[in-house]
Amino acid sequence: MNESAKIKSADEILESQRGGMDYKVPTLDGDYRLGLHSLRRIAKMALNYPVQFPVAILAVCIAGFFQLLMPRFLGEAVDHATGLLGGTAVAPEAAQAALWTAASLLIGVAICRGLFTMLHNYLGEAIGQRIAYQLRLDYFEKLQRLSFSYHDKVHSGDLMTRGMLDIEGVRRFIEHGILRPILLVILVGVGAYLYMGNDVVLGLLSLSFVPFALWRASVFRLKSRALWRILQERLSSLTRIMEENLGGIRVVRAFAAQDFEIDKFDRSSKQALEVAIARVGVRYANTSIMTFSYFLAMGLVLWVGGEKVLDGQITVGELTQFLAFMTILQMPIRQTGMVINGIARASVSGVRLFEILDIEPAVQDRPQAEALDVGDGVLRFENVAFSYDGAPEQNPGDATIRDINFEVKAGQTIGIVGPPGSGKSTIAHLIPRFYDVTSGQITIDGQDIRDVTLESLRAAVGVVQQDTFLFTSEIDANVAYGEPWAERNRVVGATEASQLHTYIENLPEGYDTIVGERGVSLSGGQRQRLSIARSVMLTPQFMVFDDSTAAIDAATEQRIRVALKEVTKERATIVISHRLSSLMHADEILFLDEGSIVERGNHESLIDLGGRYKALYDLQAGKSSEVTDG
Amino acid sequence: MANMSDIGQNISKGSVAATGNLRGEEMFGTVFDGNVIRRFIDFVTPYRKTIYIAFIAVLIYTATQIAIPLIIRDAVDSSVGKGKNGYELLSLTIQVFFGVVTLNYISNYFQLTIVAKLAERILIDLRRAMYVHLQEVSLSFMDKTEVGRLMSRLQGDVNSIQEFLETSIFAIGDFILLIGIVVVLLTLDWHLGLLTLSVVPALFIVRMVWLPIAKKAFMRARETSSIVNGALAENINGVRTVQEMTRQGINFEQYDDKAHDNLLSHLKAVKLAQIMVPTVDTLTGSAMAIVIIVGGNLVLKDSLDLGVMVAFLFYVQRFFDPIRSLTMQYSVMQRAMASGQRIFEVLDVKVEVQDKPDAQPLGETDGSVIFKDVTFGYLPDQPVLKNINFEIKPGETIALVGPTGSGKTSTTALLHRFYDIWEGEIKIGGKDIRDVTQDSLGETVAMVLQEPFLFTGTVFENIRYHKITATPEEVERAAKAVGAHDFIEKLPEGYNTILGQRGGQLSIGQRQLISFARAIVADAKILVLDEATANIDSFTERQIQEALAVMLEGRTGIVIAHRLATVRGADRIFVLQEGRIIEAGNHEELMAEEGMYHRLYSLNYASFDDVPDELIQEALDFKS
Ligand SMILES: Nc1ncnc2c1ncn2[C@@H]1O[C@H](COP(=O)(O)OP(=O)(O)OP(=O)(O)O)[C@@H](O)[C@H]1O
Ligand SMILES: Nc1ncnc2c1ncn2[C@@H]1O[C@H](COP(=O)(O)OP(=O)(O)OP(=O)(O)O)[C@@H](O)[C@H]1O
Ligand SMILES: [Mg+2]
Repeated sequence: MNESAKIKSADEILESQRGGMDYKVPTLDGDYRLGLHSLRRIAKMALNYPVQFPVAILAVCIAGFFQLLMPRFLGEAVDHATGLLGGTAVAPEAAQAALWTAASLLIGVAICRGLFTMLHNYLGEAIGQRIAYQLRLDYFEKLQRLSFSYHDKVHSGDLMTRGMLDIEGVRRFIEHGILRPILLVILVGVGAYLYMGNDVVLGLLSLSFVPFALWRASVFRLKSRALWRILQERLSSLTRIMEENLGGIRVVRAFAAQDFEIDKFDRSSKQALEVAIARVGVRYANTSIMTFSYFLAMGLVLWVGGEKVLDGQITVGELTQFLAFMTILQMPIRQTGMVINGIARASVSGVRLFEILDIEPAVQDRPQAEALDVGDGVLRFENVAFSYDGAPEQNPGDATIRDINFEVKAGQTIGIVGPPGSGKSTIAHLIPRFYDVTSGQITIDGQDIRDVTLESLRAAVGVVQQDTFLFTSEIDANVAYGEPWAERNRVVGATEASQLHTYIENLPEGYDTIVGERGVSLSGGQRQRLSIARSVMLTPQFMVFDDSTAAIDAATEQRIRVALKEVTKERATIVISHRLSSLMHADEILFLDEGSIVERGNHESLIDLGGRYKALYDLQAGKSSEVTDG
Repeated sequence: MANMSDIGQNISKGSVAATGNLRGEEMFGTVFDGNVIRRFIDFVTPYRKTIYIAFIAVLIYTATQIAIPLIIRDAVDSSVGKGKNGYELLSLTIQVFFGVVTLNYISNYFQLTIVAKLAERILIDLRRAMYVHLQEVSLSFMDKTEVGRLMSRLQGDVNSIQEFLETSIFAIGDFILLIGIVVVLLTLDWHLGLLTLSVVPALFIVRMVWLPIAKKAFMRARETSSIVNGALAENINGVRTVQEMTRQGINFEQYDDKAHDNLLSHLKAVKLAQIMVPTVDTLTGSAMAIVIIVGGNLVLKDSLDLGVMVAFLFYVQRFFDPIRSLTMQYSVMQRAMASGQRIFEVLDVKVEVQDKPDAQPLGETDGSVIFKDVTFGYLPDQPVLKNINFEIKPGETIALVGPTGSGKTSTTALLHRFYDIWEGEIKIGGKDIRDVTQDSLGETVAMVLQEPFLFTGTVFENIRYHKITATPEEVERAAKAVGAHDFIEKLPEGYNTILGQRGGQLSIGQRQLISFARAIVADAKILVLDEATANIDSFTERQIQEALAVMLEGRTGIVIAHRLATVRGADRIFVLQEGRIIEAGNHEELMAEEGMYHRLYSLNYASFDDVPDELIQEALDFKS
């Protein structure tokens, strides 16, 4: 543990964060307001439970009240035991009877307190759980709707953390951030009122620690919030490091970079540990000194109260009342730490969560959107320009793609070629509206695709993506992902078309074989064929193959094409490929470079043109010796 | 950090039969598993001294907790003023009180901070042990284990252990406190003490009925949580596919079912947990009532000091706290045991591919490669490569071609010893790769993998990767060689542009180029290119080849490609089919042979409409 000397203190961490550049800690003020806003929103969600929530608050008040009654009965009982009743000595029988009364009252009060505590605990939790449920659904739905441009920017691990830890943080707010504080205020406030009447001095003394505790609490609150944020960030990056290490384990192994990766982990986890430990320190330094101040106050009550009893100013019972009252106050002292922690966490979590829930998806249905009506099946790009940052183009020449014009009808095929990064996939992404065009328009049978519903559009357009994602489940479920209730023969039809059926059948578990996350237990080509099968099954009117046969040998590709030839007859197809044999049969071939079409025409006319397409063709056809750099 | 539980907890629907799989997440342990405890102690022993100190702090703290009501009793007694010296006695008592609470403060501070900090450290240790182990375990294990499941062990499970640690030392304190209170009550007045304690058996009986029911509810709640989180993770990772396939509606319904289930099970668990509150309160009230009636009567009869009665009342109020927290401990402990089992399960995954004890670094090598009678498969009895034989001379470039799934990637994986072969041997520079260290193997063989993987970080960091000695010039040179320099320069911050998750803002071809550049910077004797240019146009590819020809002078190259133009220039070409090498030779020889290669090659370059049906048929027949 001697290394703890090297660990930075909370203040140092907070200080270094202010100046440091790796994490931004927003100004305390703006941050504070945001946090407050999110807390208000959570509270508002609680108001959606118009019965439970007020009942819970009422129950807290009642429970607090009953709890405050207990010291009174205890004190009176003590007095009765000394033979006092209402301050005056009485006969033992009367005192005995009074003891019985006090005892039964006490049990009654204890039961009531228990019942109401149960009620408010339960309601608090139940409301919290229901809010969490609602948030879960909203969050899930939002993530599903947020368009690609959003998912491009965020890390999936971060979304996961929000969906679990932050919802958890918000959930606890009802209990820890609303009900608990009410109880604490009642215990201290009403308690003060009740017991102050007995003896002002003792009353004041028994509450003397409150200002100090409040001060510590507010210091703690600020630090705790700031530390929470930093910790959250550092944990996120630690999570990311672990996740990427495991996801990219083959790269790690291929480069024998294990030590490097362990080093990366160590550095990151040390940073997280630093904050975690600082947080522990701040938290317990505060709670323990608060407890100490409480005991000091108790000592004072004991001292002054004891002298007052000796002086005959108050009875022992009254002193006991104060002491018992103070015992009750021990709970608030213990729990302020928890409450503050809970509020700090909820406000940080709330901000992080609402941030996402408030985003409008960049791509969504227009108010009067109607279902797409496909007739002749003509897809047309008209002067389409697009850029990923979405900023209004200062310089149209900088757009990722621009001046894209083409048309493809049912039964036709368009081929797209071009160097990496020339914008081929971008074109593919625009058709199902994964992104919206920056200018120009895309129409299907004359309908601007932005005017139709996303659902109908995407049902009509199938894109086989360049990088395949498979779900961890049976091959069967993966192929039928778009139509989970499809019959087996349709699944088989699709895998037959993509030349995968024979392979699957030979697997020990056939279609029930579970394939992995990125499909590691399949070869690259098998994965691509699975993803082709998945799209083909849906029989969309427009099909886009985005370099989806790159990992497939020419013979298999031909077989796939033969199999698909029948189906593509009534469909419009766009084929993106680097292998010219995949698209030389297309009705029109677009040669893309740096975002614009530089050559177009069918294979023969492009060869005749003698431009870049021809050069590419020659290169692939083995006449490379004639080609010079250009 | 205590609240990071359940990250990425995933439940897989079916369990895969093969050995070496992790068990499901729904596994719930017994409360006590000696094995887990024993192994866990290994992680704790380095902190022995700290634990002793913490333990002492806990003892002191508990003692002061017990003492405080006693002092109050004295204070009350002295203020009842049975003697003249009431004032003196009182002030003496008060002094003692202040002394004790100071001690209470100090010991409380230490027990809290020491234990919590220790728990944080052990959490890191456990997580690190798993992480380090996962760097070593065989890829065959990693292949079939979801990242999400491992993450849930690295985070959720580690956190429940931390939670357990944090509370366990207090549990000991609670236990001592309980015993202390009982002892004090009995010594103060054993009649009254026994009577007061008579409510305790009632509590135990209630608990005995309650516990099994509650336990089931708690487990169910936890289980549904991990199901919900698993579903969320799956949808986040596959969100693009979900939108592509318009599965949002179905997925939402499925998720709603799971979330609703989760809600109901949690509500039930809460209900069950809360039932104990009024029970305990009623019992507390009863115990107090006993003290008041019995004690009060005794005091009236003057056979009991008033102070003792007051002390009793204070103790009774405290008595139920430790019982309550001890029962909480129970579920924490149960969770910790299950987590411990899961953690040690990961740590126990066998490292199949391991350096021999006397393994030597490969050292300087000429880069020659020999595969001799190599047979290998991923699943028992299903060989993927059968009897592979070939030899690559120093400085030679060979190509592997063949239909998909024929075992090309597997061959290169074996060269790097990702898996151990069943039969035969593989030699680099004349040394069996099983006799050299894996680290040195990694330095000798650089690979561009079929699927480019980029890390979050700058372009520069990605190309340099773990070769931190690489200068910006070297990185730039590699980028230029693969034709990536131009587009990197155009990125907002050039080489310092931070790439998002898996290089999301780059096109696939661009990602491939960067991972290509990474292999070049590694500057290894043998370079393996697995479809390294599959997503790159032939023109760029051609430029890369020219640049590479210079850079890789004297190095050995293994190239896998489906686009046969890519491999035409190779010194020799091996054609693989169903795990066997069926043809070998250079381009001209293979074309002359008119075998598989010839057929594939013709298919590659004929316009589709021109392909005679019999040619396709021929190729098809060849395959089946
Ligand atoms: N990790 C794995 N676990 C189990 N089986 C695997 C694994 N990786 C590959 N296979 C199987 O081994 C066979 C050979 O795969 P390999 O990846 O070597 O093929 P390939 O020739 O590289 O194919 P492609 O051209 O499609 O990339 C395939 O049938 C594949 O399904
Ligand atoms: N999500 C994104 N965010 C920002 N920029 C992007 C994004 N995706 C692609 N780009 C950039 O847009 C340009 C075009 O990318 P696109 O994926 O369309 O290329 P491509 O022609 O399909 O290339 P490849 O052949 O490599 O697949 C590239 O410069 C790329 O860096
Ligand atoms: Mg692309």
